[in-house]
Amino acid sequence: MADFKECSLQAMLKGMRDGDFSSRELTSFFLDRIDALEGRIHAFLSLKPESALQQADRADALYVEWRAKKRASIPSLLGLPIAVKDVLCVDGFPCTCGSRILENFHPPFNATSVQRLLDEGVIIVGKTNMDEFAMGSSTENSAFGPTHNPWNVEHVPGGSSGGSAAAVAARMIPAALATDTGGSVRQPASFCGVTGIKPTYGRVSRYGLIAYGSSLDTAGVMAHSAQDVEMLLRVMAGFDPRDATTSDLPVFSPLEDQNDLHGLRIGLPMEYFIEGIQPEVDVAVKEAVRQLEQHGAQVLQVSLPHTRYALPVYYLIAPAEASANLARFDGVRYGLRVEEEDLIPMYLRTRGRGFGAEVKRRIMLGTYALSAGYYDAYYGQAQKVRTLIKQDFEKAFEFVDVIAAPIAPTTAFKLGQHTDDPLAMYLEDVFTLPANLAGVPGLAFPVGFDGNGLPIGMQLMGPQFSEQNLFRAASVYQSFTDFHQRVPLDVQ
Amino acid sequence: MSLSRKEVEHIALLARLELSDEEIIRYADQLSAILEHVAALQELETEHIPPTSSVLPLRSGLRSDEPRPGLDTSRALQNAPDSEKDQFRVPPVLD
Repeated sequence: MADFKECSLQAMLKGMRDGDFSSRELTSFFLDRIDALEGRIHAFLSLKPESALQQADRADALYVEWRAKKRASIPSLLGLPIAVKDVLCVDGFPCTCGSRILENFHPPFNATSVQRLLDEGVIIVGKTNMDEFAMGSSTENSAFGPTHNPWNVEHVPGGSSGGSAAAVAARMIPAALATDTGGSVRQPASFCGVTGIKPTYGRVSRYGLIAYGSSLDTAGVMAHSAQDVEMLLRVMAGFDPRDATTSDLPVFSPLEDQNDLHGLRIGLPMEYFIEGIQPEVDVAVKEAVRQLEQHGAQVLQVSLPHTRYALPVYYLIAPAEASANLARFDGVRYGLRVEEEDLIPMYLRTRGRGFGAEVKRRIMLGTYALSAGYYDAYYGQAQKVRTLIKQDFEKAFEFVDVIAAPIAPTTAFKLGQHTDDPLAMYLEDVFTLPANLAGVPGLAFPVGFDGNGLPIGMQLMGPQFSEQNLFRAASVYQSFTDFHQRVPLDVQ
Repeated sequence: MSLSRKEVEHIALLARLELSDEEIIRYADQLSAILEHVAALQELETEHIPPTSSVLPLRSGLRSDEPRPGLDTSRALQNAPDSEKDQFRVPPVLD
């Protein structure tokens, strides 16, 4: 059987169109990888291998008809196997959000981002593990056990989309949907050495994305190259009447082949290169920027002076929004119910037992920040400082087109390293939170490895709706580097 | 900023979360540490700064008032822990 570990999505689709291999062969290859590796990685919360193979056979039949000219066209992603983070609703799969409270929840509809990919013929193989309700930076907060980093199984894959990142990195699936509220696409992409986009807020519909922080939540995707990620995002993106915050701006046009960045101004924000950052991360990111400069980009220093306030702002706004959003899990319409004679005790027991420690912590924090007497000092002040953070980006983007920065202060840490200290875990997010607060896109991709063989990622951020520029720069970088193509030794 | 046991119990009730004794003690400590960290925001002068609740310009989400298909009742109820006569069933709300 062919080896698809280093095959791009574009090459997979071309191979199926040309009849070089079938969707069944492609899908079986990844199902076999999952069989062999899932015991060590635990990237998935549910899998439907038989259904995936049936869909592959149907796709293959369509390809045969199309090649025989019995049908005029075929969907653009026909027969491509993918995985979906377990926070996005897929009809036919449970959707647990990594939580006991939704352990048996079967959504009766598809998220819009998922539906658009299905309409183009993708095959959903499984749902990936995550920190409960997307709250976490290591996937250790999953109620169903942590995911392990394929580069070293004693290390975390990052989070909250750790299952998606680990599955893509280990070539258990060629691409996976993920979401990013405070860094949950970019940080696991960085820890696992894959390419992932957190789009502009409003670029991709949130319909069917189980809400955490509604003013921050975005749905994105991970694969191995900027070109592949761009191709999938283009399908997912665009106005959706079911999400009033989606933009009706036209979706970007396909990426063109090029290897020159003349005219692109890249900013290096001084606040992201600080003491405490792992020296190898600092060096790798600066080296990547230097190489982009050699390919024609102009590099300038910029300042985002309110960066250090992003952490306190985020950890007030996101929990406040979460405390309201998660009020819907009350044992009435779906999910766990702990039976009680009276209503209030039923609520208390159901939620006390159904939610894990981090989710309860954030609900408590958010409830406090919104409670009478504290609202102005905490939530109100955080919303005002959010304005300052957004303005920092607007001012910087008067001088540069793209901002390049590290994603996390360190490479993947060990399982258990931060589990006793929530604040230390929150500090992992310092470089990813600002993009969510400002609503700007961020593209993560690998730019090196540390001394222990763990991947180092970099993010490019741009003005709202400038994804095309980020994909262009990363694509040029990936044309002369091979970090994005490396396969973890442990799982080869 | 330090939260008392009573304050933690009050917040937990507002949030409809039953907490164990051990959780109350742990959250009092942890939430106090987090609140101390976020207190850094108080040092900024923001009197004339407008708050940001959405990063995008808000526009009307109204659509024409025409009937269209929705979830049928059985699918809407498929996840209900308890239902009866096409309705969600809950414990008594009033005494």
